[in-house]
Amino acid sequence: MINSLKNTLLFVTLIILQVWVFNNISLWGFMTPYLFLYIVLKVRVDIGHTTLLFIGFFTGLILDIFQNTLGMQAAATTALAFVRPYTLNLFFKTSDFQPKERPSLNRFKFGGFLKYVVVAVFVHHTVLFFLEAFTFHHFFQTLEKAFFNTLFTSSGIFVIEMLTQKKEK
Amino acid sequence: MHNLLLFLGKYRSFFVFLFLEAVSVGLVATSYSYQGSLVVNTVNDFTGGILETLSNVSGYFALKKENELLVEENATLRSNCPEAFLITDTNTVYVDTLYRFIPAHVVYLTLNKSSNYFMINKGKRHGIKKESGVISTTGIAGIVIGVSDNYALVLSLLNPHFAVSARLKKYGTLVSVLWDGEDYRYGKMIDIPSHLELSVGDTLVTTGYSTVFPEGMLVGFVEEYQPAPEKEFAEGKIRFATDFKTLQDVYVVDHLKKAEMEKLMEEAND
Repeated sequence: MINSLKNTLLFVTLIILQVWVFNNISLWGFMTPYLFLYIVLKVRVDIGHTTLLFIGFFTGLILDIFQNTLGMQAAATTALAFVRPYTLNLFFKTSDFQPKERPSLNRFKFGGFLKYVVVAVFVHHTVLFFLEAFTFHHFFQTLEKAFFNTLFTSSGIFVIEMLTQKKEK
Repeated sequence: MHNLLLFLGKYRSFFVFLFLEAVSVGLVATSYSYQGSLVVNTVNDFTGGILETLSNVSGYFALKKENELLVEENATLRSNCPEAFLITDTNTVYVDTLYRFIPAHVVYLTLNKSSNYFMINKGKRHGIKKESGVISTTGIAGIVIGVSDNYALVLSLLNPHFAVSARLKKYGTLVSVLWDGEDYRYGKMIDIPSHLELSVGDTLVTTGYSTVFPEGMLVGFVEEYQPAPEKEFAEGKIRFATDFKTLQDVYVVDHLKKAEMEKLMEEAND
């Protein structure tokens, strides 16, 4: 009960912060941290793949409604949700996970969590930036944007993770 | 059939993934084109309300700058009042009012997307109509593409779907102004007859040929220009007169004779 309340609070807070604060940040004209992805990244490890896809889709869609970018975030976040289990399997053994465990810095250690976050976020950003450009004309330019933005978003996610971890101890 | 179900069951997540992606991309595609955005974009009063509350709070941080701009504008307006002139011209002919300006406040704005929009807190109830021009205190800003009861969505000048024709004040020549998606401060001007000699800071104003913007509103200033004598037309870079980063108070242009003009056009076309 307390857990689901905490989750709802995290969800609402991150969405509001994304719309109100993070979306207004634009470093060098294009770098915006999409820290709401933290919601999808922190979903339980043992959740069903289909359920995860729907969580991703609706999280993205809610953001789209606020940003008037109907479909863009939804597509990108769904893609993240799709690759998340594969990313986890790539870097970790599934048998290592405890039931109901959430991906965390404490358990994955710095390197593990970094790889997980960077790969997942990069998938999201690639889809998002290409949909935004809606063309493959500036292929490498778009890919470069997605890459640098990934570093920016990932650092932000690490900060959130560190801030919330302290509390849990 | 059984095998098909088994197959679908085994790769269920993949098909769900494909389905959700198809839905999302479909949504993007329909709202992408300029025509599509005119039809599809339903401005939502609910999200509009939330965004307005948020903007009310963040607006406080920019009050000082905003006040300065308003004071400047007041000064300009005052200098145009009859009282500002020593000798009042008694021969002035008063014509019918052609434009009405509806003040509005920006509640949501993007700068760094490939297509940018902003939302304002006036809608149908306040007489806002689709395809009306929106101007800031310093220049033109966008065009209304969706209206709900209390809010309107504006296609920003920072949008590849928005090209506006402008007049070089120095020569009276028409050029096209558009945004190349790079920087919210700068746009591109094309179709400049290459014999013209432009210098940095030359002014571009609206033509008044459409009912969207009144004549002579600031569009921007020439920032970079290299003449290309070998070609027929040259290109250049302009700085927009409107600073989108600080955009808060705008005016929606209501052309009062628009219906009459459109009727005349229709009659001529029949």
